[in-house]
Amino acid sequence: MAAAPHASGSLATGWRSLAVPLMLPTWLVIGTFLLVPVVLMGVYSVLTKDFRGGVVWEFSLAAYDQFFVTRGLFGDEPPQIEWTYIAIFWRSIWQAALATLLCLLIGFPTAWFIATRSPRHRALWVFLITVPYWVNLLIRTVSLRFLLRDQGPLNEGLLAIGVIDAPLRIINTDVAVQLGLFYSYLPFMVLPIYAAVERYNFALSEAARDLYAGPWTTLREIVLPVVKPGIVAGCILVFVPSLGAFLAPDLLGGAKTYMIGSLIDEQFRGSMGNWPFGGAVAMILMSLVLLVLLWQARAAGRGRR
Amino acid sequence: MRQAIGIDRVVKRYGAFEALKGVSLSIADNEFFTLLGPSGCGKTTLLRTIAGFEDVTAGEIALYGENIAALPPEKRPVNTVFQQYALFPHMTVRDNVGFGLRMQGVAPAERRARAAEMLELVHLSDFADRLPTQLSGGQQQRVALARALAPRPRVLLLDEPLSALDLKLRQAMRVELKQLQETTGITFVFVTHDQEEALAMSDRIAVMSNGQVQQVGDPRTIYEAPVNRFVADFIGETNVLPVMVDAVADGRARITLPGGHVLTTDAVEGLAPGAHHVSIRPERLSLATADADLTARVERVIYLGTDLQLLARLADGTPIITRLQNSSRNELPAAGAEVGLTVEAGAARLLLD
Ligand SMILES: Nc1ncnc2c1ncn2[C@@H]1O[C@H](COP(=O)(O)OP(=O)(O)O)[C@@H](O)[C@H]1O
Ligand SMILES: [Mg+2]
Repeated sequence: MAAAPHASGSLATGWRSLAVPLMLPTWLVIGTFLLVPVVLMGVYSVLTKDFRGGVVWEFSLAAYDQFFVTRGLFGDEPPQIEWTYIAIFWRSIWQAALATLLCLLIGFPTAWFIATRSPRHRALWVFLITVPYWVNLLIRTVSLRFLLRDQGPLNEGLLAIGVIDAPLRIINTDVAVQLGLFYSYLPFMVLPIYAAVERYNFALSEAARDLYAGPWTTLREIVLPVVKPGIVAGCILVFVPSLGAFLAPDLLGGAKTYMIGSLIDEQFRGSMGNWPFGGAVAMILMSLVLLVLLWQARAAGRGRR
Repeated sequence: MRQAIGIDRVVKRYGAFEALKGVSLSIADNEFFTLLGPSGCGKTTLLRTIAGFEDVTAGEIALYGENIAALPPEKRPVNTVFQQYALFPHMTVRDNVGFGLRMQGVAPAERRARAAEMLELVHLSDFADRLPTQLSGGQQQRVALARALAPRPRVLLLDEPLSALDLKLRQAMRVELKQLQETTGITFVFVTHDQEEALAMSDRIAVMSNGQVQQVGDPRTIYEAPVNRFVADFIGETNVLPVMVDAVADGRARITLPGGHVLTTDAVEGLAPGAHHVSIRPERLSLATADADLTARVERVIYLGTDLQLLARLADGTPIITRLQNSSRNELPAAGAEVGLTVEAGAARLLLD
């Protein structure tokens, strides 16, 4: 799209004729690793479950029925709305939104700080932000569990210096899940905001101050709207994976902090699982995410008009 | 004459580097005051200390008699037209122009009326609903101007506002800016490195170099009576010649020009006999009809339309430029010819360094 104005002349035309063969590997990869699994999930979700995991190739809407409708313990009562899974969704959305907000509150000042350093130092700070992510997410989450335990370094340390009298109950609570999500996805918030703030023209802030806006008004009226694309990108990049996360809730949360990711994960484990149900939950989750993205794209389109 | 801005021995240091080395200026109310100097001499820095974007290291700045050192930019009744305009990209032209008024708490109805009035003033009424990116450079410049004028500041600071425009537009804007200043009565502090722009628009000019003010005066004084070599060189075209000052008395000095010819001219304060320099504008020299003040060998004659430029050298090798009006009376010397030049009375200005 951006290249369109230059796409004249023989050189550009030559490149355009190469576009299809050059894009082919990309399309193949996307097709194989994105579309096929999604279609597979979609198909599984409307099949019949087999007893020891797996599916029987027979069309059935039982999975969706199980998600939305209940007919009592023995299946003989009149159909009513099943709240169990909706509640899990609701809690997951809530958790993901909270994690996104937390990442934004910490990530924005961090990105701002980095973007306002001298160019040489910026590269160093960005590098430091990404260092923890060289370690596998599972290992990082497990070490966070270790850190937050009742007898972990955090509690022992706080006890030692006398800030608290008894260990803080963090592990197996929502707080631990929040910390886990925050820690897992913070860079996805920091990096896009950093990119936006780095491009921000600070003369705009001076112009606002010059025109009688105080520092906070300048932030609200000028800075935030101008760097908004970076903020929106960061929020999506944190919210979407948080919504489907299962490592943090599984390893850090308790029985009550059950999230969609864990629910799906469970359906595909061993002989206890229910593949069609797992597929159905995944499809419902994906529709939800697509709705969020569509809404955002429409809002962005309106803003750019 | 009421003082709008008083700048008293202002020093601005960045680390070890002194961008302003003790600048003192007094800018009058309703004045079109220009800071003129080469790039890097500290013009923007001085403007930014007035606007409040930079603290001063030492010295004081007073606005209508009130020391403003402690005031943040939003508390100073001063608005700025930025060099790169700095228009808010997410706001329409109308909202840009109305921003200052909104921040001042002006009611929406009046805000709209005043923004419209400002857009009328800069001939952009038809563009009120556009975004800044949908405007040409010249139009953006005028939005920046309207935005800064809308809150009716007492002082308007303009940092090379015309430098991004092409020549035609720049010349038209000079006239418009000057008229705007006269109709609004707002004190303008205008920054430029373009001496022609400065001479054309200003009531007074401060010539700066190296973080210091070299000379303050009206355009005519700056052009015709530069106090030192820097000012003489920087403003317009000039010839700087080494001379001997033989005697100084009653504000007059007797000087010996290169080649031995003696003439008297106005002395400057603090002048002592000895070796000095004079500045002679090229248009104040003419071809001698009889007794010549200077003798030079012609190297080249350049045809400039209304003018002719004569490039020559004195016997000691000093280059000397003469401007002659292009008229049929002129009998032009050929390259290599020896010519006598007459210095117009009072045209040799003694320089202090
Ligand atoms: N923030 C800064 N840090 C260090 N040096 C600066 C800074 N701002 C300006 N300078 C230096 O101060 C001098 C004057 O700059 P400036 O006022 O922008 O000049 P002008 O506007 O006359 O071209 C320049 O040498 C410039 O490099
Ligand atoms: Mg400048």
